[in-house]
Amino acid sequence: MKHLLSIEQLSRAEIEGILDRAESFAEVGRRDIKKVPTLRGRTVVSLFYESSTRTSSSFDLAAKRLSADLVSVKAAGSSVEKGESLKDTVATLSAYDPAAIVIRHPHAGAAQMVAGWTTAAVVNAGDGKHEHPSQALLDVYTLRRRLGSLEGIRIWIVGDVLHSRVARSNLIAFTRMGAEVTVCGPPTLIPRGIEELGCEVSYGLDGIEEAEVVYALRMQKERMSESFVPSLREYAASFQIDSRRLSPRQLLMHPGPVNRGVELSGEAIDSPQSLITEQVAAGLVVRMAILYELLAGAEGAPSGEGEGSRPTPIGTPA
Amino acid sequence: MSLTDRLDVRPGESAHLVLRRATVLDPVAGIDSVHDVVVRDGEIAALAAPGEADADGAEVVEAEGLHAFPAFFDPHVHLRTPGQEHKEDVETGTRAAAAGGYCGVIAMANTSPPVSTAADVSALREMARAGASVPVGFLATVTKGMEGHELTEMVELREAGALGFSDDGLPIVDAGVMRRALQYQHLCGGNIALHEEDPALSRDGAMHEGPVSAALGLAGIPSVSESTMVARDAALAGYESARIHVQHLSAAESVEVVRGAKAAGVRISAEASPHHLCLTDEAARSLDPQRAKMNPPLRGERDRQALTEGLRDGTIECVATDHAPHQPEEKDVPFEQAAMGVTGLETAFAALHTELVLPGVIDLGLLVERMAGGAEPFDLERPSVAPGAEANVVLCDLDAEWTVGEDGYESRSANSWCAGQKLTGRVLMTVAAGQVAFRLRSFSLGVAA
Repeated sequence: MKHLLSIEQLSRAEIEGILDRAESFAEVGRRDIKKVPTLRGRTVVSLFYESSTRTSSSFDLAAKRLSADLVSVKAAGSSVEKGESLKDTVATLSAYDPAAIVIRHPHAGAAQMVAGWTTAAVVNAGDGKHEHPSQALLDVYTLRRRLGSLEGIRIWIVGDVLHSRVARSNLIAFTRMGAEVTVCGPPTLIPRGIEELGCEVSYGLDGIEEAEVVYALRMQKERMSESFVPSLREYAASFQIDSRRLSPRQLLMHPGPVNRGVELSGEAIDSPQSLITEQVAAGLVVRMAILYELLAGAEGAPSGEGEGSRPTPIGTPA
Repeated sequence: MSLTDRLDVRPGESAHLVLRRATVLDPVAGIDSVHDVVVRDGEIAALAAPGEADADGAEVVEAEGLHAFPAFFDPHVHLRTPGQEHKEDVETGTRAAAAGGYCGVIAMANTSPPVSTAADVSALREMARAGASVPVGFLATVTKGMEGHELTEMVELREAGALGFSDDGLPIVDAGVMRRALQYQHLCGGNIALHEEDPALSRDGAMHEGPVSAALGLAGIPSVSESTMVARDAALAGYESARIHVQHLSAAESVEVVRGAKAAGVRISAEASPHHLCLTDEAARSLDPQRAKMNPPLRGERDRQALTEGLRDGTIECVATDHAPHQPEEKDVPFEQAAMGVTGLETAFAALHTELVLPGVIDLGLLVERMAGGAEPFDLERPSVAPGAEANVVLCDLDAEWTVGEDGYESRSANSWCAGQKLTGRVLMTVAAGQVAFRLRSFSLGVAA
């Protein structure tokens, strides 16, 4: 695996390989000194064209815990604001000879284009409404830890599927891991033809009780002005996951940030079934595993890094 | 009658040629046999028996095994002048047309600024007389500045030589304005070419709405954004007894509307582009804007088949490239940000020959007929190779394989939808309005053939 551009590109075995690697990094996180020298001397560029808390901070921390040199570039405050094109920005940053570029961009296909312009490994940290593969991997990781396997598990993804890259990547990842996925939301927010990705479609919450996992999506306030839904109130009345709709045996997930009182009620968020903070913790080890697989897994780790505690590889390296 | 009665071209020497033993195919004129094609004084002087024509000082082209067709006519190209000459201009655009086998093109008016005044038209015609390799006709906009509100001075524009009218690039959203334009057509004449799209439905869409857009997370442009506007304008044209030409049909539903309107007696003509006839929205899975970003978008396989059926039964009378040159900085960006449009003049025949004729989807004669079908909707005589017709001839090697872009392009822009593809069938020589407009270098050096 040279780049991580999409979940679509990954086989089930490749997904499992990354998750196995992440398990081994979880052990590192329990130590006093949470750092390994694996990527020492290598440079990771994180290039974010959209605001992000979780993804950007966890990729940054993942790179640091692997001892890479990190350059974080945010579009705000950079030459991007002066009108520099993506291609030119990538050429500029590539001059530092980075081992990896982690990119978040508001438009579909951006990471793939970047991969064509640089010799670095490219990690898609979210491209428009297309894909968000590291999110899907951390969600599968979280569920796998809790359930052992996703085989035969029924998962409902609820909310604004149309505008969600998380919905797309997770739908692909969950089904690839053997789960049965239903996407649910108002008809205006379910993309036409989504069922061809191998999911069921439901325009209401009837039947959600059959699910083992409920995955709620963020409902953005600006959707109201575009008439996708008449009001947040009506949306919440029809689709909010609250303690009444969530049965005690169901698990609840959300990619964050949450609109409390819109897609999720406060009590649902804070309930013991909620995996939301586990997802965030998983984000760090999964992103360490991604960087490891791309930079040390495929071409072999750089030699001469005898000291320190390199994690024992588990599973098959890519 | 000559194309240059209504179109403009750089004056030059009349060709004096004998295309020796060419396989001549002109289905409309009922010609399908081997001849010596004699071109003299701007005309097809004779179709002589093979090997029998007297050279008589003419250049003799050994054309055995090669095909001579009526040269092609494209009613829909973007020459980008004035304003965007870094993409294309009259000289480079018509060179591209000549290289593609065209004897004439019609340039759209969505330039910068748009062609909305008689002075704009006169300046462009002057430019064509100075530098066009093949005859060019110019459309003027229907509404001032393409703003969709007020009609242009259509009578004066026609007097200045505007061949017809179009706001191509944008739809005429206001049905009332559309209706007035159709009423006014009875005074000013000239066909009205329509880019059919309801922006309330297409919104910020980047590709066809369907399973592929759902998978890619790209906003979709639904087929109904086109077909509902085609239906509206067909109804208006019928009501006003006016005449319209529907540009770049893409959706099966639109083909159905045009077919129904024709059956009901509406004066409506339609075109389809090579990329819509060869590709589907599956091409967008690559997220490669150069290959798959255009408006209207590449649609589904059902739509593509409906377009070929429309070509077959005459619902669609012509192929039009919608040749839309763009520079790399407008295409080397993520899909949603990339400019809409692809070039097509240099590859149209070869692409359709490769993708539709060789697999047996349509026959060669039909392709030849449709490639020249864009003249009549704009009141121009259809190119023909019958004796006595103006010499508009293209000589092709149907067996020649070539890779698109390998030798660069005549166009100033390289955003071909089929760049890098291997095509079968190549234009060797084009005679337009009696002049040699193009020769393939390797052919004139005797390398090919």
